[in-house]
Amino acid sequence: MTVVYDDLGDGVEEGAVPVRRIRFTINGRKKIAEVEPRLLLSHLIRRGLGLTGTHMGCDTTNCGACTVQVDGKPVKSCTMLAVQVDGHEITTVEGLAMQGAGGPGGVLHPLQEGFKEEHGLQCGFCTPGMMMAAKALLDENPDPTEEDVRWALSGNLCRCTGYQNIVKSVLWAAAKLRSQSPDTPDGSQP
Amino acid sequence: MTQALDEIKIGGLGVSRKRVEDDRFIRGKGNYTDDITLPGMLHMEILRSPLAHARIKSIDASRAWDIPGVHLVLTGDMMATRNLAWMPTLSYDTQAVLATDKVRFQGQEVACVIADDPYIAKDACEAIEVDYEPLPVIVNPKQAVAEGAPVIRDDKENQADNVIYHWEVGDAAGTDRAFEQADVISRLQLHYPRSHPSPIECCGSIADFNRATSKLTVYMTTQAPHIIRAAVALVAELPEHMIRIISPDIGGGFGNKVPVYPGYVCSILASILLERPVKWIEDKTGNLISTGFARDIYLDGEMALRQDGKILGVRMRCDADHGAFFSDAQPSKFKIGLLHSTFAAYDIPAAHLRARGTYSNKAPGGVAYRCSFRVTEAMFFQERMMQAAADDLGMDQAAFRRMNFVRDEDFPHRTPFGFLLDSGQYRKCLDVGLKAVGYEDFRKRQEEARAKGRLLGLGISTMTEPLGAGNSREYDILGIKMFDSAELKVHMTGKAIVRTGARTQGQGHETTWAQIVSHELGIPAEDVVVEEGDTDTAPFGMGTYASRSTPVAGAAVAMVARKIRAKARRLAAHLLEVSEEDIEWELGRFYVRSAPDRGVTIQECAMAAYSNMPDGMEPGLENTAYYDPPNLTWPFACYIVTVEVDPATGVWDVLTTVAVDDCGVRINPMIVEGQIMGGLTEAYAMASMQFITFDAEGNCIGSNYMDYLLPTAWETPGFELHSEVVTPCPHHPIGAKGIGECAAVGGPAAFVNAVIDALSGTGVRNIDMPLLPDRVWEALTYRRDISGAPPVATDD
Repeated sequence: MTVVYDDLGDGVEEGAVPVRRIRFTINGRKKIAEVEPRLLLSHLIRRGLGLTGTHMGCDTTNCGACTVQVDGKPVKSCTMLAVQVDGHEITTVEGLAMQGAGGPGGVLHPLQEGFKEEHGLQCGFCTPGMMMAAKALLDENPDPTEEDVRWALSGNLCRCTGYQNIVKSVLWAAAKLRSQSPDTPDGSQP
Repeated sequence: MTQALDEIKIGGLGVSRKRVEDDRFIRGKGNYTDDITLPGMLHMEILRSPLAHARIKSIDASRAWDIPGVHLVLTGDMMATRNLAWMPTLSYDTQAVLATDKVRFQGQEVACVIADDPYIAKDACEAIEVDYEPLPVIVNPKQAVAEGAPVIRDDKENQADNVIYHWEVGDAAGTDRAFEQADVISRLQLHYPRSHPSPIECCGSIADFNRATSKLTVYMTTQAPHIIRAAVALVAELPEHMIRIISPDIGGGFGNKVPVYPGYVCSILASILLERPVKWIEDKTGNLISTGFARDIYLDGEMALRQDGKILGVRMRCDADHGAFFSDAQPSKFKIGLLHSTFAAYDIPAAHLRARGTYSNKAPGGVAYRCSFRVTEAMFFQERMMQAAADDLGMDQAAFRRMNFVRDEDFPHRTPFGFLLDSGQYRKCLDVGLKAVGYEDFRKRQEEARAKGRLLGLGISTMTEPLGAGNSREYDILGIKMFDSAELKVHMTGKAIVRTGARTQGQGHETTWAQIVSHELGIPAEDVVVEEGDTDTAPFGMGTYASRSTPVAGAAVAMVARKIRAKARRLAAHLLEVSEEDIEWELGRFYVRSAPDRGVTIQECAMAAYSNMPDGMEPGLENTAYYDPPNLTWPFACYIVTVEVDPATGVWDVLTTVAVDDCGVRINPMIVEGQIMGGLTEAYAMASMQFITFDAEGNCIGSNYMDYLLPTAWETPGFELHSEVVTPCPHHPIGAKGIGECAAVGGPAAFVNAVIDALSGTGVRNIDMPLLPDRVWEALTYRRDISGAPPVATDD
């Protein structure tokens, strides 16, 4: 992030704030950033890149509102430093929509559809993190049980819904993904 | 003959319409306060007190000023020079913005830094040196009124002790007589613990003062933007028309985002001084230790009973711990909110309630956490007392309630505390609940399990709660009457925009208000856009809390739509060249009574309002309605929970949760059910794990999500909802009663009653919430009641 400081005259040393250059990919686009080593990944995403779909809820890795994927694994971005993603690939909620016929972000991911279909959100603040955690589950397990979903989402807090509809949303998305899979036209497990 | 419109197809009343607001949230395109960046914006952080009670000897901020990137350091003394060190609260008290003389709770705001970057601002906060002289600490009402207790509010003239108020309601003499006639007197004492609403999004604001126009714009996390505008006008002495409050998307409120917090005030002053936008975003610990908590009251009640189970009278005494400043957000006439709505569902001849409020060295608040001003405490005590009384009488829990319910044929019914109930089918709701849970069968299984050493329990909670304040005769906040408003503009092509004085925080107003318009006018819901939260465009309203959106603002939407329809009728008469008396209305269309095929649609009327109005008619099709409800609304609910308690560990598992809610007409059943499930989850949370308390030094225990446990998808039980009982509200234009808070209000007692029921035979009468496993184990093992009142013991 660029920060412009007041010029306090010649007495102040150059380089008082150390900066590291990092390269990474986010939602398929390659980026270079100069960051303070202490900068949190969540702040790089929100403030540096303006991708405000990743939310900050608790600062202590409990609420999961800031969940993104780093190299396909779910990560709570409030507890990872930006410098740690040097050379890695990040996906945020903004990258969840498939780059389909509708143009960039034009076709919704089944998880996004599922959350709307099953009323899986109310205030919407936890939703991006929930979807990113759920995506990590479905990437590994295309046919989860209700219990699998509840366990996979147990690092994400929601205060509005009571979770029942979130679980249904994820199961809805899983069913849709299975029905779309070319290997299993009937939607069953291979 | 033209085909009549199908209300279901156009998204009218009763449709589980998918939510329109979801489209942005699922894409990560919501617009919450922290998502907003303004050109030249600076960042503010707050330095908070580590001590609960201490005199400030000195504050040295010189090292903070020296940090590059720091623009301003605000302290209490600087605020005092502008008469802003203290601000009025919503309960006619004062609250420190930044501490000058003393700090009065851990987490109190002491100084603020405004810098180029939030990291720099945090660094600078750490560079501020404050010299404190610790003082004795008070964390409960008993300590507050003890002889020799330090006076917390020594800033106030004529405040010689820590008592804020004494308040009473009801008929003391009549209640005494009822107790003289009693066969059995049942008694219960409990502490409803402090609880924090804790929306996932914390509070924050961006103040943007423009010197060139003298206009102040504040983006902020508020459930009541118009009240904030009035408060800013009064506190900051700015002209009200030069203040614009914008409440963007809100990441959950639950009452936490009603009060005015020091951070908002400081960001406003900083923006005025620096003439740049200043953003303040609270961290989670700041939110948990300093912003509006809920509950924290001690209830002691007695019930006078006839041997056959008839309740003759109720007497209650309440001690409320308000923290360091009395800043409850509640109607000004009632010092302890609507606590006196307790026992409203039961036909009780006499009742009396006395309440006392005291200060302590804890964060101020007393907000209504997902409830209508202390009704959660009222209904919790009521249903815990009902269980205790039934047990004392040796009566069946369900039969005891059924016998004492206000009967269907007795409405309208005046409660002994003066509320007027208008409608309900209480017995039917209970019957639906009992059938759903398999009551008789469960009692048999409970017996059988007990013989094998397994502890099953069943808890019932039945209650009616008052929602939708006002009417304006009785309900006001700081003198502002509690009505609400809606504005409807129908454009020439028949599309429309609705604005209300409420503010959605997840309740789905953008979806449901359009459904009301659709129901009233026959305009498809997808042709109606809803906008709220901007005081420059929305009509004046009191905001969203206390489940008042549908009862008050929703009613205003229906009423403004009816005004529009009345004008459209005149336009239709003009277009059809008949007199108004010859016109009939069906959904979306006016037609000639004698020739039903001759008609015009509402859209054709809209076009005529801009292109072909009759001579002398004011052009346009727009209007505003202010709605002052004639009474509160009274939804009824029956919640039944079954549990199994593990006697070896005290861990309890929920087996079933049945909810029967009669909230009148449901506008959008999907959204209503979402609200009920959310409320049940918070009820379960309060009953089982949400624990925020204080040690003897006033340290807040539960100051982050590692200590303040919120249930996840893993712990949260499944819910079974029943919607078959519908008693429309007789005075609401579409018969709705409100639902957002019922389950959070009535739910906790069902969970606690179930656990206490599982412990029956041990003599355990009460375990204070949350029912942590160690508390349940201790109660079971030592056969004693467990108090959860602070201070909690610490390891050292």
